[in-house]
Amino acid sequence: MAVEVSSALYNTRRRRNMVAVGLAFGATGFGLLWLVFILAELLWKGFSGLSLEVFTQMTPPPGGSGGLLNPIAGSILMTVLAVMIGTPLGILAGTYMAEYGRYDRLTTVVRFINDILLSAPSIVIGLFIYEIMVAQMGHFSGWAGAISLAVIVIPVVVRTTEDMLTLVPDTLREAAASIGLPRSLMIQKVAYKAARAGMVTGVLLAVARISGETAPLLFTALNNQFWSLDMNAPVSSLPVVIFQFALSPYHDWQQLAWTGALIITMAVLALSIIARVLASKRKTS
Amino acid sequence: MSLATFTTPTVNRPQSSAEGLSEKITVRDLDFFYGDHRALKSISMPFYQSKVTALIGPSGCGKSTFLRILNRMYDLYPNQRAAGHVRLDNEDILAPSQDLNLLRAKVGMVFQKPTPFPMTIYENIAFGIRLYEKLPKSEIDDRVKHCLQRAALWEEVKDKMNANGLSLSGGQQQRLCIARTVAVRPEVILFDEPCSALDPISTAKIEELIDELKEDYTIAIVTHNMQQAARVSDFTAFMYLGELVEYGETTQIFTSPSDRRTQDYITGRFG
Repeated sequence: MAVEVSSALYNTRRRRNMVAVGLAFGATGFGLLWLVFILAELLWKGFSGLSLEVFTQMTPPPGGSGGLLNPIAGSILMTVLAVMIGTPLGILAGTYMAEYGRYDRLTTVVRFINDILLSAPSIVIGLFIYEIMVAQMGHFSGWAGAISLAVIVIPVVVRTTEDMLTLVPDTLREAAASIGLPRSLMIQKVAYKAARAGMVTGVLLAVARISGETAPLLFTALNNQFWSLDMNAPVSSLPVVIFQFALSPYHDWQQLAWTGALIITMAVLALSIIARVLASKRKTS
Repeated sequence: MSLATFTTPTVNRPQSSAEGLSEKITVRDLDFFYGDHRALKSISMPFYQSKVTALIGPSGCGKSTFLRILNRMYDLYPNQRAAGHVRLDNEDILAPSQDLNLLRAKVGMVFQKPTPFPMTIYENIAFGIRLYEKLPKSEIDDRVKHCLQRAALWEEVKDKMNANGLSLSGGQQQRLCIARTVAVRPEVILFDEPCSALDPISTAKIEELIDELKEDYTIAIVTHNMQQAARVSDFTAFMYLGELVEYGETTQIFTSPSDRRTQDYITGRFG
């Protein structure tokens, strides 16, 4: 009754499997190698420059001593403003697409355009805001920086909001309707509640995305080597300072650039972990 | 024209026991369309006050579609359309002017899969109460308790009112959904295969509950399970391919069906 196993066929299959597994491991290792390499280099070079002064002093002139207080403050300020502008717009648009206009042609069009915006090079967004704000106003400003970052936030939030609301089962919407709940209340009290963790994750991912953006800020907020939170004037930011200092010939500036890169990376890492924790909470609840 | 006088060959109105029955819902010449597809064909039948009416038939016969017309749930989706007359206490619920939220507050629904809201057990019930009534907290508490008692769930959840509704078992979730439906004080309750996701013990509890609820509510239930229809209902409608084949008192449908197809279905020859 035993099937006669063709050992030649079986061995060929086994050899092929080994080759495929070997290639898969090799590719993974190759990818991880560079990632670990980058992170190790960053930790090595950045950590040695980490001190209290980095967080308490302004960016120094070449050869002087100083820190990164003004770019850290500028980055936080512009990121917070960008999220405050982009998140409500993104959530409202995503809500329209998932709840009110799910079957409308407009939604298909908006989704398509949103996907293009999602993958648009950020330098294009910087140039766009330069054209409509900086050139019109005649000077660089923190507002222009915050708005160009907001333009990056919007498509990310639109996408995750729509996706997360679409994951809310229709049976839950029907259940809400079945007790006479108007649609607006159903969205606020039931759909948002069910999709909350995912939507928060989306906002955090958008924050992670913009906190490292350099290109749009170069054309809009420019930079400021002094302490300034005046949003009508150029504002300093970590990515732009890193860009400027890393390209400079001065060793102490290069050191600050490494330290700044480490700070951004750690901040993004922390946000990603929070996003993951929230996402896993959604699954278990 | 009196709506109570129309007849079709397939509808066996209860003759002897007709006294004392009042029609809560009257359906007449009802058609339903998914796009161009005609899913229901000239359905005419009554739903009597304080009685349980079961809709049976093989999958795809249109029984759930029919049920979802009675609270106009289909209105949530595009390209779905009902034509004909459905009267709830002499009010045409298919009229475009019908307020859907008020209709659904009057005609509650329990679904196949338990669908608690993502909130606490207490909130699941209180939410519906607050929707249409402005009451002090103590009264809401009383109503929540009463509804959970009504759904035979109170004893099991009274110590964990702040637990998430989703933490309950499937059968408990379904009773929570029944309590939530009752909380809005509807006049009619629609059950769309309420036990098909539940184990036999939970099923028995729900059936018992339906039997108790019918004193105060008019009940319509869609079920795949013919024994269930026989157990819980007073009237039964057998549907096939979008048509109402036969309607009558449950005992009559199950013991002496007048249509060959009904007989074949209830004896398990198809479906």
